Amino acid sequence: MMIGRGTLMEFAFTAEQEQFREIVGRFLTDKSPTTAVRRLMDTEEGYERQVWQQLCGELGLAGLHIPEAYGGSGFGPVELGVAMEEQGRALLCAPYLGSAVMAGYAILLGASEDQKQKLLPPIATGSKIASLAVTERSGFWSETDVNLAATPEGGGYRLSGQKRFVLNGGEADLMVVVGRTAAGLSLFAVESGADGVSASPAPAMDPTRKIADVIFDNVPAVLLGEEGKAPLEDIYNAVLIAFANEMIGGAQALLTSAIDYAKLRVQFGRAIGSFQAIKHRCADLLVQVELAKSTAYQAAQTLAAGEDATVAASMAKAAASECYLHAAKECIQFHGGIGFTWENDTHLWFKRAKSSEVFLGTPKQHRERLLAAMGV
Amino acid sequence: MIMDTDLQSLRQEVKAWLADNWDPQRSLMDWRIKLVESGWGAPDWPEEFYGKNLPPAAVNAIAEEFAAAGAVGSAQSGVRFLASATLLEHGNDDQKRTYLRRILTGEDAWCQLFSEPGSGSDLAGATTRADRKGDHWIINGQKVWNTSAHHADYGLLVARTDWDQPKHKGLTYFIIDMRQPGVEVRQLKQMNGHASFNEVFFTDAKVTDDQLVGTLNDGWQVAVTTLAYERRSFARIRTVTADRHGDGPIYAEYAKEVEIANEPYTWYPQRAGRVDLVVERAQETGAIDDPAIRQEIAKLLTLNQSAQWYGARLREAQKAGTTRGPEGSISKIAASNIARLASDVHTSITDIDAMLTGPQSPRDGIIAEILVSVPAVSIAGGTDEIQRNIISERLLDMPKEPRFDTGPFKDVKRN
Repeated sequence: MMIGRGTLMEFAFTAEQEQFREIVGRFLTDKSPTTAVRRLMDTEEGYERQVWQQLCGELGLAGLHIPEAYGGSGFGPVELGVAMEEQGRALLCAPYLGSAVMAGYAILLGASEDQKQKLLPPIATGSKIASLAVTERSGFWSETDVNLAATPEGGGYRLSGQKRFVLNGGEADLMVVVGRTAAGLSLFAVESGADGVSASPAPAMDPTRKIADVIFDNVPAVLLGEEGKAPLEDIYNAVLIAFANEMIGGAQALLTSAIDYAKLRVQFGRAIGSFQAIKHRCADLLVQVELAKSTAYQAAQTLAAGEDATVAASMAKAAASECYLHAAKECIQFHGGIGFTWENDTHLWFKRAKSSEVFLGTPKQHRERLLAAMGV
Repeated sequence: MIMDTDLQSLRQEVKAWLADNWDPQRSLMDWRIKLVESGWGAPDWPEEFYGKNLPPAAVNAIAEEFAAAGAVGSAQSGVRFLASATLLEHGNDDQKRTYLRRILTGEDAWCQLFSEPGSGSDLAGATTRADRKGDHWIINGQKVWNTSAHHADYGLLVARTDWDQPKHKGLTYFIIDMRQPGVEVRQLKQMNGHASFNEVFFTDAKVTDDQLVGTLNDGWQVAVTTLAYERRSFARIRTVTADRHGDGPIYAEYAKEVEIANEPYTWYPQRAGRVDLVVERAQETGAIDDPAIRQEIAKLLTLNQSAQWYGARLREAQKAGTTRGPEGSISKIAASNIARLASDVHTSITDIDAMLTGPQSPRDGIIAEILVSVPAVSIAGGTDEIQRNIISERLLDMPKEPRFDTGPFKDVKRN
């Protein structure tokens, strides 16, 4: 079985990457305490502009994976993974995954040179929010499930149809839309104010992420890259890998919270963390978290090495999302009654974990995808 | 640190020595004596005890040169390795002189006598007793799970010498001569039909004073050394291969030695679940078209791959010195999870034929052997439950188990 060179790759973060993790981690601990998460999740926009500007400006996070030629800092999937992991840990409320990662990668991998020069710099600096609209009724990111019609007209195109589960679709200044022409699936750019676009916020169970349903009614659009050549699978892999790294950060936060509480909470005259009924489940959770981290890190390495990352990306998505949700359930269980209250913070991560489980493909869909990629 | 240039000249030296001395027409014993006398048979051992005092990097280079020349090495596999490592660390010079040479030549085989029917996970709860009588010790009791004890000349024995001390403080480490009337070895048949281990019964068996390793009542410390090397050798590939490079009587002798050494381990790949067979088995039975089985296969491949990737991360962290020590327990739990899932997946793929066993059953009995061997993975080398204690207490810093065995051992509740 070959899963890129990744199969045999020894892996450790470099000293610079560890230092970068520490800086990002410290910033997020400071700027994204759960009091901030709770405040922002109740707003329509869902993020704080000042923190976003610092995140993109001082820390340069939004342009991390974007080459310097397009206004970014030219790092790769491994550094992006570190930034995502820390955001997942802190449950940051920001349009990072939707704009920087999803739209950023779509333009980087699918647009022409001129278009990249023009569209990427404002995404890298965070001055514009972009979003990527791929999925439709099924919510599944696949060739067969994407049918929004794109019709040539004059020099441009017109889009008609509906997209669902568009991350940051309501806040975006620019939307990258996947549509179908006679030549096949293609990428288009649509200005948010364009005639015929209507984005309505979807009632998200996870209020820390803003998703929208977007209806396109004969909307003028610009073709990105070549018609019929949207590199959907490449974009998907890159996005999945960043997403998996975010999820393992959340899983680690839940594991830490579960253990801290088990050491603190006393029943029957002893800390509940001294009971094997709890200790052994914490041990099993650590095993699952460490294995899921390994898939997320290795997938980022595989992508960074320029190899086909399909198997690694789908393994990482399936493993990380199942681990994340399991960690959330265990964390609630160890907290007992208090864990089921609104006041306790665990449900914030639980809801992120639950929506992350099904967003961008369920574990079940990813297992089929990885078998197919292996030719099985 | 050893420099690359040093390694190069060392390789030249080994090459030249092998060119002058290696001869497949010799007998195995004749050659091994040559190895012992030259130091090339145990290059990392001290010079006064058959070695050359070289660092581990040199050992690998020398092994590569031996392999390239098709030359047989010294007999260091299995318990022989544990015995020599323990004696080098804790034995006195007389013991080193008496036993080490015959370990390297392969003249003596060794076994480990630690586990007992009443003390498995709780190894320090051993109740096999050593009682002083004149200038020697009398051993009574029973040991179990002793690999290769039926071939062994000597055993590494942990026995209780002081019952008034707490359990870790009353044990002593001995070398015991297995070829004596008071020692009875019986093969222990496992649920998978193999007999890789033995039970050893001691009835007034004798151990002399000069066979006491380390100091009286401090045997647990010595045992910890043996166990540490055992864990390390778990990680190594267990089976030795007998590669043939040309002809010569020495290869036949060596092949026989290897066959005996590997015999207890033939079912170990099956014990681990044989993930490598899953996809081809599903293709050959048609189960590959079953969506539910496909899901289980993909789960297994993902789990297996993630454990390998974790292993790669762990090795890097160990090299960088950033580990806390007990991380191997994570890999061990992962291995149990993989084996159990693989056994379930093989069952789903094999369907009703999973009722069968032996040469007439799928894959010449290999599938059946997987199904009846996997239960050993989560027990051998420390049960999953013990690993979870280690992980929670030593990696997650959770509270320790309450103890009821800290007083004099004679008062501790036991089997």
